[in-house]
Amino acid sequence: MLNVLDDTINPVEPFLRSDRMPHIWCPGCGIGTTVNSFARALIESKVDLQSLALVSGIGCTGRVAGYVKLDSFHTTHGRAIPFATGLKLANPQLNVVVYSGDGDLSAIGGNHLIHAARRNIDLKVICVNNLIYAMTGGQTAPTTPGHATTSTNPYGTFEPAFNLPHLVDAAGAVYVARWTTFHVRQLSRAISEAFAKKGFSFIEVISPCPTLYQRRNKMGDGLDTMKYYKEKSKVKNGAPTSEVGMTLSGEIAVGKFVDRERPDYQTLMRAQYVEALGDRYVEEAVECACSEG
Amino acid sequence: MRADPHGVLTGTHFMDGDHACCEGALAAGARFAAGYPITPSTEVVERFASRVPTVGGSFIQMEDELAASITLQGAVWGGAKAFTVTSGPGFSLMMEHIGYAAMTETPCVFVDVQRGGPSTGLPTLPAQADMMQARWGSHGDYEIIALCPNSPQECFDLTIKAFNLSEEFRVPVMFMMDEVVGHMTEKVVIPPADQIDVVPRKHTRKPVEEYLPYSTNGDMVPEMAHAGEGYKFHVTGLTHDERGYPNMTPQTQDKLVRRLQNKIRVAADRICMFEEDRLDDADVVVISYGITSRVAQRAIDLARERGLRVGKLRLITAWPFPDKKIVELAAHVKAFVVPELNLGQMVREVERAAAGQAKTFAVPHAGGGVHNPDDILSAIVEATRC
Amino acid sequence: MAKGRVSIVVERCKACGFCVEFCPTHVLALSSAFNSKGYHPPHVVHPEKCSGCDLCGMYCPDFAIYGTKAQEAKIEETKLQKPAGGEK
Repeated sequence: MLNVLDDTINPVEPFLRSDRMPHIWCPGCGIGTTVNSFARALIESKVDLQSLALVSGIGCTGRVAGYVKLDSFHTTHGRAIPFATGLKLANPQLNVVVYSGDGDLSAIGGNHLIHAARRNIDLKVICVNNLIYAMTGGQTAPTTPGHATTSTNPYGTFEPAFNLPHLVDAAGAVYVARWTTFHVRQLSRAISEAFAKKGFSFIEVISPCPTLYQRRNKMGDGLDTMKYYKEKSKVKNGAPTSEVGMTLSGEIAVGKFVDRERPDYQTLMRAQYVEALGDRYVEEAVECACSEG
Repeated sequence: MRADPHGVLTGTHFMDGDHACCEGALAAGARFAAGYPITPSTEVVERFASRVPTVGGSFIQMEDELAASITLQGAVWGGAKAFTVTSGPGFSLMMEHIGYAAMTETPCVFVDVQRGGPSTGLPTLPAQADMMQARWGSHGDYEIIALCPNSPQECFDLTIKAFNLSEEFRVPVMFMMDEVVGHMTEKVVIPPADQIDVVPRKHTRKPVEEYLPYSTNGDMVPEMAHAGEGYKFHVTGLTHDERGYPNMTPQTQDKLVRRLQNKIRVAADRICMFEEDRLDDADVVVISYGITSRVAQRAIDLARERGLRVGKLRLITAWPFPDKKIVELAAHVKAFVVPELNLGQMVREVERAAAGQAKTFAVPHAGGGVHNPDDILSAIVEATRC
Repeated sequence: MAKGRVSIVVERCKACGFCVEFCPTHVLALSSAFNSKGYHPPHVVHPEKCSGCDLCGMYCPDFAIYGTKAQEAKIEETKLQKPAGGEK
């Protein structure tokens, strides 16, 4: 029987702006799947939803901000991380998640990515990597593997691609993991671990773009890609990030690569001011000359 | 609402415009700044970095102006009053985010201490050549407010005004200083906090179920909420409806963009500030702003000594442009003289508003220094003869 | 009696096939029926094999399917709010 509504609800539903469903993502796109893992992580880690803010950039993944029922900010291309930094500094009680795509975070946003990792700003970054610029029609991204066909490399890409875990590890991130949309439970766990950690966490999720990346490269549809992830992924927890680069059809190293302790930006800032100013230091407060009442 | 005394450095000071601007921001309640070093503006944030740890709040030097211009907006949505400071090349980089602030109605202040351009230009020397950019620099249809101080005292007073206007209209305000005003040192009197009027954030009092982030009534300015308060609202730079949800239709676009424009234009009378002198019997009116207004003052005084009937209109608000005032004056004066440290920017607005009712004489200057009063005087003399 | 139950929101489905493929006990298959967008949604072919693990729900990119454990169904109903609005 094709069932419709009964008296149970989807565990992910309370986190969605149901009045905006169905969403715009293509059949077989993995972004929605990552949202399920995200919602699960929120339930399991009992994150206070009121003090959670989600910031995204531009692109297919950027649309996540508009579909989740949270304080959410759909900002400009590449600048989710600096916006998120401002949010966090003005209100340190907020739990700030950056949810954006590979092009947004590592191309136009690359500079901000490495600086936020360097500073160890307390942000949880979920980078959905579909290896392409999907929203604009399938152009080459810094993560597109070599010899792939894209709309701006119609004869095949020849640039070396970024190894994002390596990049953010080198820049100073305290938590670096990669999973694919096949690894729904592991991804959820990784997001929960990031919530439990102070500092710059980066979780890369390899995801299908069946309409553009897979189609142009004759790799089948979303389901074929998920099966490919299942077959070619190899869990390598603790692997050196220099060794987890991806190729067009090779092995995908997944797992938790980096989990270390480093004081986060605000801890360092506070320590420095206390040392320099002692009692004169006034801890940052949300000093909004707000409503009179 | 009275200013928070923690941020008010009450007293009589001898300080330059950059420093006075920082004090104005603190007095206005700014507790967050994100910046990037650029001459001749850097001192504003250097002072803020030094002051804010003992006032409360934070400063972060970001990796570039692209970041700074949006980090401050994150801070605004996190509950703070915030600003950034830059000069020409940085101002250009910030344009996308000025548009984002206009579109999302994020109250904030962008200080541009103008210097010679284009491009790297004259980092340590003045110009007023970003005036059109302040208005039109970002893509799309939007309105901003721009203020032009002409002294360190005004750098203090008008910065407070800039923040107040940004909160009242939920609009980014461009604070158009220039290198001379920024680096000249003069007396700056900072009153006690209870004598400083500060406009609070237009924060909603509606319960969560009723609140719509972009719904408005008469004044066309929506009520704001901050992240972390339970409203679970959405903000986007995409064309959006009253719920804040993307709604990309011509109808929604028309409604939204016209409201963004009208909320400023309809209130132009309230927003436009200028300084007038001896306009009643004037044949010629000199229209100027910023540092040029001080040189123009000299030229006007010299002209009056010669018996020429010259008046002064100093623009304190450059945008929205005071069309109404120009129309009013054009009806009874022969000509306007518009000296600027650029090759003709605000003069175009004067010409447009005058609509041929009075002649317009530009006194351009490519920047790098200020006008010689004699150059303005010659133009005044020519104008009286036309 | 099955340990779990699948609920399907037919109109959201885009027939990607993830749920059918990754259900550990092969409860589902794509049906020959259509939703209003022209997709074949899944249907339950082996309800007795459903454990309520909700892997289908975790995989579904369109939030169009979910599994609940038989005993939990009643408890969930009282704990969580109903979604606001309906489907288009």
